[in-house]
Amino acid sequence: MSSPFAINGGACVAMVGKDCVAIACDLRLGLQALTVSNDFPKIFPFGSSTYLGLTGLATDVATVSELFRFKVNMYRLREERDIGPQTFANLVSSSLYERRFGPWFVSPVVAGINEKTGKPFICGFDSIGCIDFAKDFIVSGTASDQLFGTCEGLWEPDLEPEDLFETISQALLNAVDRDALSGWGAHVYIIEKDKVTKRLLKGRQD
Amino acid sequence: MEVLLGITGKDYCIIAASKAAMRGATILKASDDKTRSLNKNTLMAYSGEAGDTVNFAEYIQANIQLYSMRNASDLSPYEVSSFVRSELAKALRSRNPYNVNLLLGGFDSIKEKPELYWIDYLASSAKVPYAAHGYAQYYCLSLLDKHHHPDIDFEQGMKILRMCTDELKRRLPIDFKGVVVKVIDKDGVRELEYIDDKQILAP
Repeated sequence: MSSPFAINGGACVAMVGKDCVAIACDLRLGLQALTVSNDFPKIFPFGSSTYLGLTGLATDVATVSELFRFKVNMYRLREERDIGPQTFANLVSSSLYERRFGPWFVSPVVAGINEKTGKPFICGFDSIGCIDFAKDFIVSGTASDQLFGTCEGLWEPDLEPEDLFETISQALLNAVDRDALSGWGAHVYIIEKDKVTKRLLKGRQD
Repeated sequence: MEVLLGITGKDYCIIAASKAAMRGATILKASDDKTRSLNKNTLMAYSGEAGDTVNFAEYIQANIQLYSMRNASDLSPYEVSSFVRSELAKALRSRNPYNVNLLLGGFDSIKEKPELYWIDYLASSAKVPYAAHGYAQYYCLSLLDKHHHPDIDFEQGMKILRMCTDELKRRLPIDFKGVVVKVIDKDGVRELEYIDDKQILAP
């Protein structure tokens, strides 16, 4: 039996640009080598400029995204404001660590812009909540090795939103083409201070 | 070697489930119905471990029907799928998980669109235009990839189903004793007569 992280497949990547961040995921849902669905997005919005990408076991992707939807709704009711990316990252971390000895089989990625400071923020986690802060990019999923390569090669500091879109899209598309368990199209979010653009990429359908 | 098939079309959803009830290498029954209708416009087909399947299906059926009676309105197929998934996911990380794979076919009377949900025993759920479970996936998904289109009419849907069952008869090493075929559309769930007496041999 293979690793629970690699049963369903999938990839996710987040990048920092100049006053903007981007997060992108593929759309495949598979069972080992068999593709079941090519419309299974792995990025979920939590408030105006906080996004969560979840790769790993599909059942846990669904369960964990629903769990955070609940927690963030409760936060919004208590605080009467949206949750910020840093706060959300700490919520993700502590929620995952609650399951220290029976973890959710997911590798989350958080991307967003801090409402107060206007600074971009991205981070990644392991399945038990250890935060990986990064100034450049975060990768996760079965194509993470390939994503490290493409991101390392394409990313540069202070990219404008349009250039960041091109960079993250090429990084993801070319990484998933070298991974049998990811691909089948992509969702790309470009998050700016007061604008979010969501684009659907068709990608290779094979 | 249980077969579950689901195909959606313009205004209907077809669900087919093999009629053989098997235990090891033995066929105990050749007229088994692996489906349960949950409310007026959703049907669930199930396969998996012998005891778990019917137990889980009846538990879900009872709760969905209870909801309909209490609230005098039916849950939509999406809502049913969410409930089913959450129950399955809850059981997955408990001491007694259900080993059940499901296809959930329905007709959303508000959107006036058919819906089909593929749910496996891990509680991975996906809304799909056509689906299969078990070995049938390997034989039928490629056929459906080639021939399916979102707005095919009912006759075309049945034609594709026939192609699928013929292919399964041709390639599966064990006889699955034909299929029960049910259709869900705006008028609810109904069973179809599915003539299946033609012998099909592998080339």
